[in-house]
Amino acid sequence: MGKYIIKRLGISLATILVLVTVVFILVRLMPGDPFSSEKMTPEIKANLEKYYGFDKPLIEQYFTYIKNLIKGDLGYSMKYKNQSVNTIIADSFPFSVDLGIRALVFGISFGLVFGIIAALNRGKKLDFICIVIAIIGTSVPDFIMGALLQYFFGIHWGLLPVAQYQGFKYTILPSIAVGFYTLAQVSRLMRASMLEVVQQDYIKTAKSKGISSFRVTYKHQIRNAIMPVVTVLGPTVAAVLTGTFVIESMYAIPGMGKFYVQSVQNYDYSMVLGMTVFYGTFLVLANMVVDILYGFIDPRIRIAGK
Amino acid sequence: MDNNYELKNIDKSEFRTVGKNAEKMESITRPNLTYWADAWRRIKKNKVAFISLMVIIVYIIMAIFAPMLSKYDYTAVDSSKMNQFISSEHWFGTDELGRDLWVRVWRGARVSLTIGFVATVMNTIVGGLIGGISGYYGGALDTFIMRVIDVMYGIPSLIVQILVMVVLKPGVKALIIAMCITGWIGSARFVRGEVYRLKEQDFVDAAKVLGVSNFTIIVKHLIPNIMGLIITNVTMAVPGAIFSEAFLSYIGLGIAPPECSWGVLTKTGVKMLRVYPYQLFIPAFFICTTMLALNLLGDGLRDALDPKLRGTE
Amino acid sequence: MDKILEVNNLKFSFKTYGGIVQSVRGVSFDVNKGEIVGIVGESGCGKSVTAQCLVRLNPEPPGFFEEGSIKYKGKEITEMSEKELRTIRGVEIGFIFQDPMTSLNPTMKVGKQIEEIFIQRKLYNKSELKEKALEILKLVGISDGERRYNQYPHELSGGMKQRIMIAIALVGQPSVVIADEPTTSLDVTIEAQILDLLKDLQNKTKTSIILITHDLGVIAKMCDRVLVMYGGKIVESGNVDDIFYSTRHPYTSGLLGSIASLETKRGVELSPIEGTPPDLFSPPPGCPFAPRCQYAMEICYNKMPPEYEISKEHKTVCWLEHEYAPDIKLPCKIRKKSEVS
Repeated sequence: MGKYIIKRLGISLATILVLVTVVFILVRLMPGDPFSSEKMTPEIKANLEKYYGFDKPLIEQYFTYIKNLIKGDLGYSMKYKNQSVNTIIADSFPFSVDLGIRALVFGISFGLVFGIIAALNRGKKLDFICIVIAIIGTSVPDFIMGALLQYFFGIHWGLLPVAQYQGFKYTILPSIAVGFYTLAQVSRLMRASMLEVVQQDYIKTAKSKGISSFRVTYKHQIRNAIMPVVTVLGPTVAAVLTGTFVIESMYAIPGMGKFYVQSVQNYDYSMVLGMTVFYGTFLVLANMVVDILYGFIDPRIRIAGK
Repeated sequence: MDNNYELKNIDKSEFRTVGKNAEKMESITRPNLTYWADAWRRIKKNKVAFISLMVIIVYIIMAIFAPMLSKYDYTAVDSSKMNQFISSEHWFGTDELGRDLWVRVWRGARVSLTIGFVATVMNTIVGGLIGGISGYYGGALDTFIMRVIDVMYGIPSLIVQILVMVVLKPGVKALIIAMCITGWIGSARFVRGEVYRLKEQDFVDAAKVLGVSNFTIIVKHLIPNIMGLIITNVTMAVPGAIFSEAFLSYIGLGIAPPECSWGVLTKTGVKMLRVYPYQLFIPAFFICTTMLALNLLGDGLRDALDPKLRGTE
Repeated sequence: MDKILEVNNLKFSFKTYGGIVQSVRGVSFDVNKGEIVGIVGESGCGKSVTAQCLVRLNPEPPGFFEEGSIKYKGKEITEMSEKELRTIRGVEIGFIFQDPMTSLNPTMKVGKQIEEIFIQRKLYNKSELKEKALEILKLVGISDGERRYNQYPHELSGGMKQRIMIAIALVGQPSVVIADEPTTSLDVTIEAQILDLLKDLQNKTKTSIILITHDLGVIAKMCDRVLVMYGGKIVESGNVDDIFYSTRHPYTSGLLGSIASLETKRGVELSPIEGTPPDLFSPPPGCPFAPRCQYAMEICYNKMPPEYEISKEHKTVCWLEHEYAPDIKLPCKIRKKSEVS
């Protein structure tokens, strides 16, 4: 198990390193000279120059960059005068995390339930309904889902609020919009996994013991079927996070995604950079945590066999 | 079964020894089909997949011909006809600048579908080559490439695509490049896994023992076995590419005016959502149905091409 | 003799896309208290399906009973509800499955998998359950039971996993244990150990065993009586000496002739039976073995032979027993049972 954790950590660190290097290179390739923009005031210019060291040789710039990152300093915004990227992230990220967690809880719990119901009712109406829901979820992009939810539940029928984030009611529509893809993916996977597990020999063994079919389903089928589903949770977190980008703009939620998209559209390069590095690192670490978690759940990894 | 009656009426002649029957000894009563014939048979039976295939073909045909046949140009601005609903003049209505939406939808289809298919196919070729070589030759090369892939797999692709699009000038070519940069990894991993697995199987050893060259093994034995899975994967990856284009265009990084794509149309549609919802619903409908059809077709293909399910429904 | 199990004209089929597969086509036999009955036959002859019918483990649908009865201690199994079946499975009839690698739940500790038999019957409390589990672990020859109790299947060797399977089958103290090819997936040396263990346990507990295998050596070593199956039917049955020394059915004779043993002289050709088992989608009207039988007669292809009693226990289903048939003496290559085990 220890070996497994170290391997995961190693790969994650390497990934982060590659990511920041790629970002570093891409920044140098961006069109136009950021300093020639009218938004440039002498103070900002001074900050940026100090941060990036534009006049020094490339290799030194790289190491300065890495050093800054390790210190946790992500630079300064070009649009919001004198605001550091760190402050903006600190202010807005909690909203995104909140939305993301709600979306994940929604998507994973409903997804598992639908997947299990579908598998247990294979071929019947319930199965069909669950499959249709799953297919819709994987075919409708999250921003379209968000817009549709907004239109029908907010504008047309006036059932739920569609802007800002001031109470539980406000979180319903955006959480569904962000989490629906996860629901679809999880339910599909769970259904397939359940159907595969039920063909395994140990299910027959369980039945031959004369235990109830509920126990067979719960302790033998579901317990084993959940394993493969956990492995996709890493990419799922990524999908949820990127899902927040657009949904936050649409629903006027002051999360980091909204700022990120805005800074892209404003060509606020340093913001884009800093946030990209932050997002990327966050996702890589989230993936790693999920992988390690999986190691704890699956006894075959937790206790390395003979 | 009336055993007694049957026993009484037996004639001695029936006890003539005839011995074994070579033909009946090894009879198989099911017709033997080749892999592809069997796959085609199964696809035809799958009505859902078949309809999906038809839908996609229809969209492609419309994308090619509809803009050509319409009297409106997709960039033609007409301020007297802004935001009109569906009518016999404008089958999908007009947008805020008076442009005919029917033409714009199909023009957008051209762009989105092209990007979707081209990017995916290129990804698959590049990734497939890398993965295939890595998997087949194994050894240090394989370990190295797999490590690289493991590391790069963790980098979130949408973020890289966003950055690349900030760097490059927006447009079709740029989008395809951005998607290739992130997309080849998935194909490489997948192809490498399959090649590695197949390589270990006995039929490859059998071929080698018979003296077949590496090249022939790859072409005649490995590729046909993987083709089915590759086709399925491509079909299921195209929706992702369409989604990426839509997403990037939506946040303003993808296709730039005057060109239009489904993503661009969605963007303007959302802007108008409160007052003219049809401007969102129509392009959204096409995006969703295309992705849906591709997903269903991919499911059907996967069932049809899975060699383990051969000879079953 | 106490009859524990009475199977009468059992016919079981499966509905599939391509039609109906008749897996079991009229099988009748009894199992008495304390005896070991072997069912031997090639892959696909219906022996596993028959075994699983006895506890209704075949999936129904697509499987279904066409005809016949299975009586366990007088109670009709084919008509029981799920609830009633659960009172039989595990505690009256135990089952040992073929492949220990895949027959144990990988995410559940081994001790729990043994205790599971009792969990819903509310017979014992937690510490009593553990006691029982440790007891049976000792019985099946697993030393260090306390440690093994807390382990997962992947931490155990193949032989040990099969011992756990045996433990699971026996812990409920059933009257009958059905062992479906219990040693097919194991190494020869482990096989010997497991078979010895089974015989030993059977001596101690007087449990009846139905032993399914395709290996005549196992039959010779373990069984009191033997049923030979082919194409979904029993073609010959009798006690083990009848089958080995007084073979009457050409298929049984063929099986015996195809074995190599330590005593087989050098240069003597092995005689495998040419051909493959019949397609159960459209089973032939006559004897299923006819196409592969060198003694087959015209009637063999057209009509199914009746059962002939050679002696009280020895029965065969073959037209060669009819008065009109020519006198055939089946070659007897086996002189001693020990040659094959």
